Amino acid sequence: MDDLSEFHGVFFDEATEHLDGMESLLLSIDVNAPDKEQLNPIFRAAHSIKGGAAMFGFQDIAELTHEMETVFDRVRKGQMPLSKDLVDVFLISGDLLRAMLGVRKDDGDEVPREEVSALCARLRLFLEPEATASEISVMVAGSAVKVSGGEAVQAASASTAPPLSLARGKSDPEVPEATVKRRKTKKSAEKSPPAVTAGISTIAPVNQCKVNSNEAVTPAVTSLSPLAEKKDFGLFVDPATLPANLPGATAMRPGGAKIDELKGVAKPEAATPSATDASSIRVSVQKVDQLINLVGELVITQAILAQAASCADPKLYQALSQLERNTRDLQESAMSIRMLPISFVFGRFPRVVRDLADKLNKQVELKTEGEGTELDKGLIERIVDPLTHLVRNSLDHGIELPAVRQAAGKPAKGTITLRAFHRGGNVMIEVSDDGAGLNRERLLSRARERGASVSDSMSDQEVFQLIFEAGFSTAEKITDVSGRGVGMDVVRRNIREMGGNVEINSNLGAGTCISIRLPLTLAILDGMSVAVGKEVFIIPLTYIIESLRPIAADVKAVSAKEKVVRVRGEYLPLIALHEVFNLRPEAREVHEGMVVILESDGRKTAVFVDALVGQHQVVIKSLERNFRRVQSVSGATIMGDGRVALILDVAELVDGTAGTAASTTRTTAK
Amino acid sequence: MSQPPTATPITTSDPNASRTANEFLTFRLGNEEYGIEILKVQEIRGYDAITRIANVPEFIKGVVNLRGIIVPIVDMRIKFNLGTVEYNQFTVVIILNVAGRVMGMVVDGVSDVITLAAEQVRPAPDFAANLDTEYIIGLGTVDKRMLILMDIEALMCSAEIGLNGPDIH
Repeated sequence: MDDLSEFHGVFFDEATEHLDGMESLLLSIDVNAPDKEQLNPIFRAAHSIKGGAAMFGFQDIAELTHEMETVFDRVRKGQMPLSKDLVDVFLISGDLLRAMLGVRKDDGDEVPREEVSALCARLRLFLEPEATASEISVMVAGSAVKVSGGEAVQAASASTAPPLSLARGKSDPEVPEATVKRRKTKKSAEKSPPAVTAGISTIAPVNQCKVNSNEAVTPAVTSLSPLAEKKDFGLFVDPATLPANLPGATAMRPGGAKIDELKGVAKPEAATPSATDASSIRVSVQKVDQLINLVGELVITQAILAQAASCADPKLYQALSQLERNTRDLQESAMSIRMLPISFVFGRFPRVVRDLADKLNKQVELKTEGEGTELDKGLIERIVDPLTHLVRNSLDHGIELPAVRQAAGKPAKGTITLRAFHRGGNVMIEVSDDGAGLNRERLLSRARERGASVSDSMSDQEVFQLIFEAGFSTAEKITDVSGRGVGMDVVRRNIREMGGNVEINSNLGAGTCISIRLPLTLAILDGMSVAVGKEVFIIPLTYIIESLRPIAADVKAVSAKEKVVRVRGEYLPLIALHEVFNLRPEAREVHEGMVVILESDGRKTAVFVDALVGQHQVVIKSLERNFRRVQSVSGATIMGDGRVALILDVAELVDGTAGTAASTTRTTAK
Repeated sequence: MSQPPTATPITTSDPNASRTANEFLTFRLGNEEYGIEILKVQEIRGYDAITRIANVPEFIKGVVNLRGIIVPIVDMRIKFNLGTVEYNQFTVVIILNVAGRVMGMVVDGVSDVITLAAEQVRPAPDFAANLDTEYIIGLGTVDKRMLILMDIEALMCSAEIGLNGPDIH
C-alpha cells in the first residue's frame, strides 16, 4: 500500500470533485421526471469513487459507494423510480463519504462503522429482495479487474474469448470514468501503449491504471462489433492513440444488446463535454504562489532599474518603460491564476438552503447570479463560513413561514438571492432575501436593553450595524439554526480580516440585503504607509477613518504613560507607534507628527506616527514563513526600494492597549 | 530558489571514509573557525537594508527581502559574543535553509568549503567553545586547523535563538 499512498491525494481530490458534482446534480434533479443525462453522471460519480476506494483499500468507502451504485444503476435504467427519499439517502451518503474521506486525510473524527452499515442497509432496502446477484457479480468482476489492472490489460489486449466478458463487465462501468477523466486520459494515453504491450507487473498508479484499462477496453469493444460507432469512443480515446492493428481483431461479433447498452452509456458523454475541463491543468497552489512571488520580485527589480536609469540614455529609458508595462501585465496574469470563480462557494448553498428550509418548514428558492465572478483562492476559502452564516440567518430570520408570507400578500415561496459582481477594484457579494426585513425599532429597543448607547437619531445604516455586535440577537426563540447572537460579530470580523466590509440595507416587510465588499485578492492590500523614525509601516486602509495633525492642547496625559487625544469632542486613546515598536521617532511631541484614527471592532483609537508617506497597493508577504509571529504585525511587504516594511495588525494593536485605554476614555469623558 | 553551491563529494581511496565524508562551509567568528554542513547553506550574500523587529533579542537583527521572501537575520557575533560587531560592505550573511525555513546569519567571514572524512572528526570536549556543546557535532581537523562543526539546524531551531519560538511580546 505504501507505494500507492502518494496517489491518495489525487484520489481524495477526485473523490471530492465527484461528490460535489453528485450533490449538485441530486439537488437540481427533478424527482418526478429525472433526466437521464443527470442520472448517468451520478451513477458514474459513485462508481468512480468506488473504483478508487477499492484500489486503495478503503473498504468502507467502496462498500457504501457500491450500494449507491447498485441502487442508482436501477434508477438510471428505469427499473426503479427516483424518489425524494432516495435523493435524501444519497445526499446523506455523500456527507458520510466526505466524512470518511476526511478521516483518511487525517482531518476528521472516525466514522462509526455502524453508520456505514446502517446506510448500506437503507440503500439495500430500495432494491427488491432478489438483490440482483448477477449485477453484483459484474461489479465484483469490475473491481477485480481494477485491482489487477496489469493483468486485465494483458488479457484484454490478447482479445481472446474469455477476456471478452471481463472486458465487458469492466467496460460498462469504466467507460464513464474514463470519460470524466478524458483530459488526463488523452494526455497520458500517448504514453501508455508501450506500457500496455510491455505488460504491467505491478499495480499501476491511478491515472495510468485508468488509461490502461481504457486502452484495453477500447480494442476489446471494437473487436466485439465493428459496427459499434467508433466515433463514440473516439470521444474519450484519442483516435490517434488507438492501436493501429485494431482491425485485425474484429473477428468477433457478439449479441447486439450489450453493445446497445454500452453505447447507451457512452452516448450521453458526447452531450456533456465540459469545455473548462478540456482546457485546464491541475497545478499545485505552491507553484502558482512561487510564480507570483517571482513576478513580484521582478516588479521590484524593474522599479529599481527604472530609478537608476532615469537620467541615462532616453533609448534605455524607453525600453525600461516598455519593460514596466510588460512586468505589470505579467503580474496581473500571474495573479489571475489564483483566481477562482465564486461558483465554488455558491455551489454549496443549494444544499444548505434545501436542508434548512425542510427543517424550518419554509419554502425557499435560491437564486444565484454572477457565479463566474472571480476571486482569489484564499478569499474563496475564507468567505465560505461568513457567507454560510448569512444565508442561514436570512433563511431563519428573514424568510417567513409560508402562511405568514401569504397573509402579507407575498408568494408562499421565499427567495434568497446570492449575487456576485465586480465594482471598482472590489468584488461585491450580496445575500438578499424577500423576507421580513430588519425592524429598526426592535433593534433599538434591544440595544437599549443591553445597555448600549443608542439614539433614535441614528441612521438606518448605523442601526442595522448593531446586529454585528457580539451577543446581539432579536430572535424571540433560540433555534439550533441561529438566534444565539453568536456569529454576526464573527462574520464581520472575518470579513474585516480579509480586508473587506459589510453593509446592510433593509426594508421592513420587503426584505434585507447584506453586501460584502472584498478586495480582489488576499495577496494585495490597500495600505497607507507611515514613517516612524527610520522605519516604514503599512496600515491597511480599511481600518483608517482619518488622519490629522492635532494641536498641542488636544493631547492630554491621563497618567504618566497614557495619553488621549480629543478629536471632534471625542476622547480617543493615543498609541505612539514608536513606543510599540521601540523606535526612536523624529517627532517628539504628538503635535509635531501625525495622528491616524483607526477603527477596529467599533472602537476608535488614535495612532501617533511621524508622518504619512503615501498610499500604496502592497503585496502581502508572510513573516511567519521563515520567522515567527510578531505582536501587532500581520505580515510584511516589500517596498519599491527593496526594503521590507511591516504591515500593522490593527485589531491587535488596538486590543493590546484596549484594557487601559478603554478605562481611561471613560474616566476622561466624565 | 537557487540550489546550494555544492561540488560533487570527493571520494577517497578508503571506502568507509568516502561513505561518511561530508562537505562543510567554514566561517570565522572571532578567532575561531566553524564549519556547517554545506547542504544547509543556500547562498552567501552581503548585509544590507534590514528592517528591525521590535522587542526581540539584540542578536536578531531583523528581516530582509531575499528575492521576495522575508528572511530573518541573526548576528552570531552578538549571540556568541565573538568578533567585532560592525556592518560594512565586508559583512557576510550566510543564508541557510534549515527545517524548511530560510534564515540568515551574520558571521565574520567565510573561508572555504572542505571535505572531512569521518575519521577527521572528533567528539567535542565540553569546554570547546562559547557554544553550547549540544549544538556541536564535533571538532574537525584539517592540516593544522581546527574546525568547530556546528549542528546549525538544531541551533537555529532552538529556543535559544527563538526564531520559531512563541510570539514576541
